[in-house]
Amino acid sequence: MNGADLIVVAQFRRARKGGFSVTFGQSEARVLRHVLGEMLELLGPEAEPADDPLAAALGIGTATTAPSDPALARLFPDGYTDDPGASADFRRYTEPGLRDQKRTALRTALETVGEAGERQVLTPVQAEAWLRALNDTRLVLGDRLGVTEDLEELVQSLADDDPRLGLLWVYDRLTSLQESLVQALWADVR
Amino acid sequence: MSVAPVEVEQPDQDEVLHTDKPWVTIVWNDPVNLMSYVAFVFQKHFGYSRDKASGLMLDVHQKGKAVVSNGTREEMERDVEAMHGYGLWATMQHDE
Repeated sequence: MNGADLIVVAQFRRARKGGFSVTFGQSEARVLRHVLGEMLELLGPEAEPADDPLAAALGIGTATTAPSDPALARLFPDGYTDDPGASADFRRYTEPGLRDQKRTALRTALETVGEAGERQVLTPVQAEAWLRALNDTRLVLGDRLGVTEDLEELVQSLADDDPRLGLLWVYDRLTSLQESLVQALWADVR
Repeated sequence: MSVAPVEVEQPDQDEVLHTDKPWVTIVWNDPVNLMSYVAFVFQKHFGYSRDKASGLMLDVHQKGKAVVSNGTREEMERDVEAMHGYGLWATMQHDE
């Protein structure tokens, strides 16, 4: 007999006493820690070496074009529809702050995965960090996997031994987790 | 209530021409963002009703893009930055 303790299909819920609750199973907790950690690595170190300490203090960056990694370019797209010059300025003023915001959300999520089977109760702020962290992680995975709106079709096109199949399973689980969190959070929005 | 300070800078000719042309924030469709999430973000960030937020989300999904807000250039820069923070693919431009 198997009590199915190890694999829990976690969902976020509104907690009765306020906040949001979730309980991850062992494999889920480990996979989540792994992918959230990889995301933090992808986003890079806390602060770039500053040629201009004042600009760095004000959160003004040096990059004027989208990152060459397409997944990062998706996280930090151009700000203007057809104006590369204005997009460059917009990027200098916004990208460092957005990177910090995304890192903070990922770190909050990483710190609140909790131990396997341990019910976590999140504050609304922590829950929103999870929402952003899950979405950014799905954006990166989705880009790496070439996800289209027809996920079924993509899955069917892959051979049984294609390594992307496992990642698609993770992607799918993150989707379901995020959906449960959106539904739980929605009741708070007026 | 506060009153906006009087502009002291002299706008150049180009800015004068664009003064009453509003800017818009456009959100573009992508295959990853959840429909529920996109509607949630519109409701939360812009303070739209659930119906309006869902309608805009469906426009993005079905038509490929939707104008989600309009205003001054500075206001639209804040909206675009917020959308990027949420992982939505947004750009701004002059309203045509």
